[in-house]
Amino acid sequence: MLIDWFTVLAQTVNFLILVWLLKRYLYQPILDAIDAREQRIASELADAAEKQQLAGQARDDYQQKNSEFEQQRDALLRQATAAAETERQRLLAQVRTAAEDLARKNQLSVKREQHLQSQKLSRLVQTQVMTITRKTLTVLANQALESAIVAVFVKQLGQLQDEAKSSFKQSLFKAKNSALVRSAFALQDTEQSMIQQAVNHCFSAQVQLRFVTSDQSIAGIELSAEGQLIAWTIESCLDALEKHIADRLASSAPVSLTAQETTP
Amino acid sequence: MELSPDQIIFWQLGIAKINATIAYTWALMLILVVGSHLITRRLSATMQRSRWQNLLEIIVTSLEQQIRDVGLQNPMPYLGFLGTLFIFVAAASLTTILPFYEPPTASLSTTAALAICVFIAVPIFGVQQQGVAGYLKSYTQPTLLMLPFNLISELSRTLALAIRLFGNMMSGSMIIAILVSITPFIFPIVMTLLGLLTGIVQAYIFFILAAVYIAAATSSSSPASIN
Repeated sequence: MLIDWFTVLAQTVNFLILVWLLKRYLYQPILDAIDAREQRIASELADAAEKQQLAGQARDDYQQKNSEFEQQRDALLRQATAAAETERQRLLAQVRTAAEDLARKNQLSVKREQHLQSQKLSRLVQTQVMTITRKTLTVLANQALESAIVAVFVKQLGQLQDEAKSSFKQSLFKAKNSALVRSAFALQDTEQSMIQQAVNHCFSAQVQLRFVTSDQSIAGIELSAEGQLIAWTIESCLDALEKHIADRLASSAPVSLTAQETTP
Repeated sequence: MELSPDQIIFWQLGIAKINATIAYTWALMLILVVGSHLITRRLSATMQRSRWQNLLEIIVTSLEQQIRDVGLQNPMPYLGFLGTLFIFVAAASLTTILPFYEPPTASLSTTAALAICVFIAVPIFGVQQQGVAGYLKSYTQPTLLMLPFNLISELSRTLALAIRLFGNMMSGSMIIAILVSITPFIFPIVMTLLGLLTGIVQAYIFFILAAVYIAAATSSSSPASIN
């Protein structure tokens, strides 16, 4: 007999036990491990998808911020350029104004210097003229310049026009018949007496004169009372001469030029 | 020379006995269960895993896929029974190369026991899926006249399962034993390799046929339509 029924029964039981044991120790653990791995992979994939989405959002945010930053940068650049241009214009105007002020000041300074030099030159000319005149008078006429000046001053007083005379007389009246005689040189008693007599005669009054010496003038004599002045000085002569020359130059410049050119 | 390991008896008391078939089956069960437990007690759920775990995962997922391919879309309830059939028969076939060891499947008692298990499991799974009435009604398909033929088919295919497996396993062992006694060493080795191949094929055939029978019983078609 090839079939032993006890063995068949025993093998059936053995097989069923083996089914149970393998279910417990083989299939279930293996399937659980596979399921766990699949869940892990699914969760990692979901996590990766979420991270990818976050990365995409971050990339979009970054691009948007970058675009905004570029726009802001361009706007700031435009503002800075405009502000720099405005500042440049302002500084240019400021510099231009400062340059104009400086030029004006320089011009004034030059004019002042010219005036000062002119004054110095004028005084030098006066001094030289007076020196030459004094020597000439002394050598040729044996006469002192100061005496001649006093004589001329006295003569001028005698020839004073009525209008000027009455005007000065009013000033004398205001000054209670006192006047000041200023001269560049010290007047001698005879000269003071001549002037006193000439003044009294000119204004028909007993004028109280006070004589002072001033180094403001090179030569000449001034009579002043309450702002009124009668002067016979070299400055007034030179001023008149300068004015006369200027008038001649202004009116007939070509003639003078021709005369200069023809002069050998 | 014994035709079946049933004839090698180690211990007997009345009808109860421990023969080589039972003893070698226990040894095989011990190896399978202990080996499985040693491998599966430290399973890894990460991408890093051992070669043994990979081997077991390949075996289990392949069995699962085969059951699904047969037509059982949810293979989980059947994996324990069908998978154990395959693993037991395949492991028994592989033990033919061991000296002084007789594969339990070389015993007609073992193959008969396995066939009876299939014979009982098929209606159980059928009733689970379709209910008692639904399952019994399938024997009368397509007409009531087919009932005796369906019953004969049910019995004959169970017998065919047992005889087919027994014949192949027993003949393989017998051929190797005969060749070892009468021929030089090379030829038995080649035949042993061939025996291993046919053993694995027989295990696969047994597994597939059992799966097909269960698939037929759990579907609405007649179980006799697949034989």
